[in-house]
Amino acid sequence: MNRFPLSTIRIPSIAALIAAATLALVGCSKEEPPKPAAAAPAAPTVTVKIGIVAPLTGPQAHIGKDMENAVRLAAEDANAAKIMIGGNQLKFEVQAEDDQADPKMAPVVAQKLVDAKVNAVVGHFNSGTTIPASRLYSDAGIPQISPSATNPKYTDQGFKTTFRVVANDNQQGKVVGEYIAKDLNAKAVAIIDDRTAYGQGVADVVEKAVKEAGAKIVAREFTTDKSTDFKAILTKIRGRKPDVIFFGGIDTQAGPMLQQMKGLGIKAQFVGADGIQSSELFKLGGDAVEGTLASFPGLPIEKMEKGKGFNDRYKAKFKQDVVLYAPQGYDAFNVFVDAMKKAGSVESAKILEKLPSTDYKGITGPIKFDDKGDIKDGPITMFKAVGGKWEAVATIGGVAPVPVTAPAPAAEAPKAEAPKADAKK
Amino acid sequence: MDAFLQQIINGVTLGSVYALVALGYTMVYGIIGLINFAHGELVMVGALMALSVIAGLLKAGLGLPPALVVLAGLLAAVALCMLLALVMERVAYRPLRGAPRLAPLITAIGVSIILQNIAMMIWGRSYFSFPSFLKVTTYEVWGASITDMQVFIVLLAAALMACLLWIVHRTRLGLAMRATSQNLAVASLMGVDANRIIVAAFLMGAALAAVAGLMVSAYYGIAHYYMGFMLGLKAFTAAVLGGIGHLGGAMLGGLLLGLIEALGAGYIGDLTGGVFGSNYQDVFAFFVLIAVLIVKPSGLLGAKEADRA
Repeated sequence: MNRFPLSTIRIPSIAALIAAATLALVGCSKEEPPKPAAAAPAAPTVTVKIGIVAPLTGPQAHIGKDMENAVRLAAEDANAAKIMIGGNQLKFEVQAEDDQADPKMAPVVAQKLVDAKVNAVVGHFNSGTTIPASRLYSDAGIPQISPSATNPKYTDQGFKTTFRVVANDNQQGKVVGEYIAKDLNAKAVAIIDDRTAYGQGVADVVEKAVKEAGAKIVAREFTTDKSTDFKAILTKIRGRKPDVIFFGGIDTQAGPMLQQMKGLGIKAQFVGADGIQSSELFKLGGDAVEGTLASFPGLPIEKMEKGKGFNDRYKAKFKQDVVLYAPQGYDAFNVFVDAMKKAGSVESAKILEKLPSTDYKGITGPIKFDDKGDIKDGPITMFKAVGGKWEAVATIGGVAPVPVTAPAPAAEAPKAEAPKADAKK
Repeated sequence: MDAFLQQIINGVTLGSVYALVALGYTMVYGIIGLINFAHGELVMVGALMALSVIAGLLKAGLGLPPALVVLAGLLAAVALCMLLALVMERVAYRPLRGAPRLAPLITAIGVSIILQNIAMMIWGRSYFSFPSFLKVTTYEVWGASITDMQVFIVLLAAALMACLLWIVHRTRLGLAMRATSQNLAVASLMGVDANRIIVAAFLMGAALAAVAGLMVSAYYGIAHYYMGFMLGLKAFTAAVLGGIGHLGGAMLGGLLLGLIEALGAGYIGDLTGGVFGSNYQDVFAFFVLIAVLIVKPSGLLGAKEADRA
């Protein structure tokens, strides 16, 4: 490429460049005079570009689009607020990119945002895409807040640019482990994981927390994220008579697993993390899902102080309810705005200086970061499957430990189990 | 002891599904020496087709009895799979019949990928759940639980296998099949229409695959477009374990593989003192396969002559 042919091309291309540059200059000089004239009564504006990356196509598109919507709403609000920094009014522009939930695509779109010189990035959605992309933002010195990536590795890489407004898997696993041992009062616990970074990560932390809380691990079994047959490991677990079975993995395995548990007559309480806390689980597991407990790193939107108002405004604009991480996406954007105000600048480097000392009250609750960029005391909510829907049973951490019905589930769970088992037969 | 009995029940159920699929591999191999890697995809197509028909009928709300709904799904799946097998044989394999062995083998892998992608376009990437309209009853037998669905799967598989054995050993078609499998050229000279026999083998295998597809999706309550790949691989393994080309071998191999997997997952952790866990269940199954092949290269019941016509 850079041999003979190029040298012949170079001359015209340089000429073209010069021509283009002149044209651009001429264009600018033509456009510039009327602009300040029009804006003269108001303040001069500074454009701030915020990138948002999420899967906007493919099977997770609905969740990604939800996040993009939230950021667009936040930008609209910020523009309406006419924020002034250094005598300039800020004009926010949103650049949305699609990483297709694909770790290979993530650095490609990240590079696109770096080239577009965005001031800050909200995203990505998946841990698998957030981690490879974070290196590019770090190299370019662009601050990044993920509203949803929970894998601890994201903030463990030692980058100064990585933040998140959601509790990570370590925090989540610890809470779930303690919930199993203390609130559910389990003495014997069996743990299954799907050997993925996410599933194994959560399961390891839960195992540690359960042990520390004084309960016993009676079985540790494994499957894969493609399996559908769990009878063999479930049979082994049944022989160990656990009170609780924890599964680190996602809904596509949990659904059939719950059905097979039912088939084998296993009565133990089934607990999972956010990977199974989906509406899809009810489709995949049928009535065997009833009574299942699952955690979610955050508050249910109805428990957020400003959640109701946010959902109403979101619905008015996008004609749908909040899907999942929209409040987190909205908050991530506003944490950036907050840092800009404090820094008195919209430059990435200045935002980065102020981000660690963030003390912001968002839709999701108060947001503060620890020294790695993880959210401090991110709330974790335990949900229970009741009648085909997830119901919040307890929230741990966050604003204040609000026990929705904290003492009840321990006593309730076995009771709810018994009549259900009869109904099945 | 109840856990042991339970693992046996799990293994036999899984094994009878493997056996049904393995028969499809072994029949085609026995007659034209082709390993039809696309056979696993037929199981997938059968499962998804049956699911769609069943879900459609339930949605229509005709109030049909559950048995009739399942039967309709099954018939639709069998019909579609047989049609696919017919097309597959005619378009992809027959033109390559005289070609070197590797050519149809690669073609089979290609057909498998094509079928998988067509299924993905039709049914999408998401998981399909089996509509929960069948009342599954669980029985307790010496501390182990067994569902009526498991009993039904094992009995149906056994009946189908008996039926197949009867066709092969007691009918004129079966006689022609056996003759063709011994020597295609000579059988043709004796007046056997070899093309017809080969098509018959493909069709029978496809029908069994469709039944197996419905069984797996009903048993596990789930179906998706790539489920055929691993299942096909396991069934192929079962066919090799029993001795590929031998009908009884495929049945024995399927059952054995199911049992090995169940017992492997259940006991490997205890046997090795926790060094290997249930994540090694597939490794264990293939370890047994290798061990058998070292001692008996043609499989448990396989014919002694390694090279065939």
